[in-house]
Amino acid sequence: MGNYRLGKIDIPLVLCYLFLVFAGWVNIFASVYSEEHSSIFDLSQRYGMQFIWIVTAFILAAGVIFVINPKVYSVLSPPIYLFVCVLLFAVIFLGKEVNGSHSWFEFGKVKFQPAEISKISTSLFLAYIMSKYGFRLGRLRDAISVALVILIPMALIVMEKETGSALVYCGFVFLLYREGLSGWFLLFGLLAILLFVVTLAVSPLAAIIILMVLHGVANGLFTGSLARHLLIIVPLAVLLGFLPRIYEVEWMGFLQSVDMEYLALGIAMVPAVWALVKFIGKKARHIKPLFLSFLCSCALVFSVEFIFQEILQPHQRARIENLLGITEDLMGAGYNVHQSKIAIGSGGLTGKGFLAGTQTKFDFVPEQSTDFIFCTVGEEWGFIGSVAIIAVYLILIIRLIILSERQKDTFTRIYGYCVACCFFMHVFINIGMTMGLVPVIGIPLPLLSYGGSSLWSFTILLFIFIKLDMERWK
Amino acid sequence: MEKKNVLIIGVLAVGLILVLQLFNLQILNDQYKITAENNAYKYVTRYPVRGLIMDRNGNILVGNKNTYDIMVTPIEVKEFDTLDFCSIFNLDTLEVRQKFKEYRKYRRRIGYQALTFLKQVSSVQYSIFMEKAYKFPGFSAISRTSRNYPFAAGANLFGYVTEVDADFIKKNPGYRSGDYVGASGLEKSYEGVLKGEKGYNILLRDVHNRIQSSFEDGAHDKNAVPGKDIISTIDGHLQQYGEHLMQNKVGSVVAIEPSTGEILALISSPGIDIDQLASISKHYKEIVNDPYKPMFNRAVMSAYPPGSVFKLVNGLIGLQEGVITPQTKYNCNLGYYYGDRKLGCHAHPSPLDFTQSIMMSCNAYYCYVFRAIIENRKYGSVSEAFDNWREMVMSFGFGRKLGSDFPAELGGTLPTSKTYDKIYGKNRWRAHSIISLSIGQGEIGATPLHLANLAATIANRGYYYIPHLVKDSPDTTIHPRFKERNYTMVDTSHFHKVIQGMWQAVNSEPGAGGTARLAHVEGLDICGKTGTAQNPHGKDNAVFICFAPRENPKIAIAAYIENAGFGGTWAAPIASLMIEKYLNGEISRKDLEQRMVEANLMQYVPVRRR
Repeated sequence: MGNYRLGKIDIPLVLCYLFLVFAGWVNIFASVYSEEHSSIFDLSQRYGMQFIWIVTAFILAAGVIFVINPKVYSVLSPPIYLFVCVLLFAVIFLGKEVNGSHSWFEFGKVKFQPAEISKISTSLFLAYIMSKYGFRLGRLRDAISVALVILIPMALIVMEKETGSALVYCGFVFLLYREGLSGWFLLFGLLAILLFVVTLAVSPLAAIIILMVLHGVANGLFTGSLARHLLIIVPLAVLLGFLPRIYEVEWMGFLQSVDMEYLALGIAMVPAVWALVKFIGKKARHIKPLFLSFLCSCALVFSVEFIFQEILQPHQRARIENLLGITEDLMGAGYNVHQSKIAIGSGGLTGKGFLAGTQTKFDFVPEQSTDFIFCTVGEEWGFIGSVAIIAVYLILIIRLIILSERQKDTFTRIYGYCVACCFFMHVFINIGMTMGLVPVIGIPLPLLSYGGSSLWSFTILLFIFIKLDMERWK
Repeated sequence: MEKKNVLIIGVLAVGLILVLQLFNLQILNDQYKITAENNAYKYVTRYPVRGLIMDRNGNILVGNKNTYDIMVTPIEVKEFDTLDFCSIFNLDTLEVRQKFKEYRKYRRRIGYQALTFLKQVSSVQYSIFMEKAYKFPGFSAISRTSRNYPFAAGANLFGYVTEVDADFIKKNPGYRSGDYVGASGLEKSYEGVLKGEKGYNILLRDVHNRIQSSFEDGAHDKNAVPGKDIISTIDGHLQQYGEHLMQNKVGSVVAIEPSTGEILALISSPGIDIDQLASISKHYKEIVNDPYKPMFNRAVMSAYPPGSVFKLVNGLIGLQEGVITPQTKYNCNLGYYYGDRKLGCHAHPSPLDFTQSIMMSCNAYYCYVFRAIIENRKYGSVSEAFDNWREMVMSFGFGRKLGSDFPAELGGTLPTSKTYDKIYGKNRWRAHSIISLSIGQGEIGATPLHLANLAATIANRGYYYIPHLVKDSPDTTIHPRFKERNYTMVDTSHFHKVIQGMWQAVNSEPGAGGTARLAHVEGLDICGKTGTAQNPHGKDNAVFICFAPRENPKIAIAAYIENAGFGGTWAAPIASLMIEKYLNGEISRKDLEQRMVEANLMQYVPVRRR
């Protein structure tokens, strides 16, 4: 019986998993290696500890595969979810403060972070809710319950001051997309990020111009009168482009009484309102939603300043400013990323070789065995090694998607997508951060970074799916 | 397209972005390849020398001397002879062990950084250390500079330099731990000019953490750029002399060159001991706990009642408003009587005209003048007249910051009609309610800088330049506001009458009633006005403002001495001695000088001991 079951295990996923765990261990060894403690099993060092985490993670994986009956997941997911939410809430008050956040429980020498297991419980509960008979994402009640399931742990984690971990939950939007959410939401999300970045890095005016042009082109495409729209929009865009100059002209001084951004907004409104009035009720059913999204985007552009100055914490602000090149502070907020880029960049094509990295070894990069583990990969294994690691992550994620799609059971499919989303967000944010593509957000690289909490939770997250997948014929 | 495929393509696209950035960093871009030869950089900071502060005659007021900091790179330290090490620097072995315990605790954070182990060791200690340095691997010495003060004067004026703390670095990202910054006085105002630019040497380290060499023979090193010098408007000798006179007195003397607004001396007494200034952190506690508060710069921060010198302002406003003429005479019978109350005056001939009222400082005269100003029919109400008066007073610089280049300047106090509305109720107060303002008492507070500026304004017959402490020099240009004339709201034609009175106060025949006879110096033509301001805490404050000579004045001075008594007895001689020193270069009245230097007036100053 046991052999029959094991034969169904998905070999590519397990191989990816083993490869990444082993690569992590080797790189942790390299990043904290010192000549006095040269054995990789030395328990006084992080690589020794990681060995213990790995062995225990294997035991957990074996437990998930051989011991636990997969039927319990769907039954137990509501109480588990509830329990984890209570933990997330309790840790805000009872947790030990580490680097300003209250997200760790500490029992003697053992520390653990509820935010890590909350990824598992949220995924299970989402799968449970969305696989219930009669669930439709299009129905308001169902949509709200899904949103709450995602937002509650997210909000609690933000309250723990672990904003980075909370961001991961944004990844569930891809699952929702697969399960019926309109693609427009993804596009709108992308647009929002674009506008946020342009407003900060260039100017609100530039964001308004981009917004006006995009909206006009979209209107034009949907109503089949692109030329007419362009005729209005292009001259207005040019006018807006020259607005700062116009403000400098002396005899235009009367303009000073109006903020330039507000004037620009007024001008940008002209084609939008024109299109709305002209095409409304003429079979152009996109006009209204497009106009609504235009208004929302305008509101976003004008609230960027507020969000940035009032809602974000100073260190988050500094990291974003640094990423966008607004400020360059190589010794302060930009230090980590700068050193990390040097470490990765100095690896070149083939890398400096195992244990030969100097950037990583002399502790130039803080948090090097945890969040910045990818630097060690970049420095010591070079372009080839780094691409290999990224490739394995991509294979893992795509394999998860493909396997999810072949499930007959909705619960398993949705859970599989959740796992893929979690991995995707972590990998993209973490590697992007070490290379200066994403602001510094302190989340670990799954399976590679040092740390028991993270390794265990990703192991369980992944192996629950592997087990569910093994059961698909039943 | 099937949604599954959209997502897979999305994942691949993101993967491609990551790979492209990797390609950019590792293959294309050279910027991040500095450690290509398996080496790591070590930056060694080279600190700049701070700029000098010169006096108006080119003497160095604030200079630099060499000191050394002992640095330690904890990870490179091997076992060493702690006793021997401690004997060099007179250290306690326990202290050293304690420090190393801390280094061990934070070893991960410290890594391969060098930390400051000892600050400002003397050159003798430095040379002994350098002989034995081979015994102490991991320790090194870097040369820093600290301040020295050839004139041994002006501690509060120059301010001190201190090492930046974490708070400061957070607010000023250009600074790093270990940097120095001007924390008060001129060092603070002109930090940007004085500080210079740091440089660095780049050394290379191999994978075994040995320093290999200087990177590309120092091609990428950057030399420190020394700070620029500033030329101060201070006269070093005058500043020194003023502090000498003010010893054992609480108060302030400010001297200004009227034709430029340049501050010649700015004394706040008691001040910070100049010998402690360069290493102030060692003495900080002692200074802060001193009951006389030496850090408090009375010259620009203390809002004192100006007393009788303020009569000059009221007199000028009276002339301008046309409520009196120079010929107007008022009676004074030992005071001014209103209702059943009396504002007292001393014995002097009566009646007096305008010039005599200044010469003899009659209180009653100015009560009449003030009442005529405040209850002038020209204005609809007392409030309106008062606010007009206030605006004219402010045109002399009172009640606001003058805008000097001294960082801690405060604006004194000057009430508005609303203040009195609040105290007495709207329209329920009249000139008599606020009559003490006529003689510079009551709700008005002025800094000694304000008073010196008043002396300069009168010396200039109606305008002043904003007082300032730094002159144009090849390296710095001062703000254009210091080069503009600021006219008061009183016509320049009225000032000669006031000056006549001030001249008589100092130069009239003995027995004629001049209040400032003690300030008289043959041939200097000093014009002055005394004041004796009531102090709710003990004896009266002595005040004196003056300028000299009468025509083309070269110097204007305000002297303010707390709890000293009559202005003519203490403040006038000190101010006149300083004028004599500045204009003649030597003192003819040695007895007076000795009496002033030896007087201990601090004993009358009530202090709250902690």
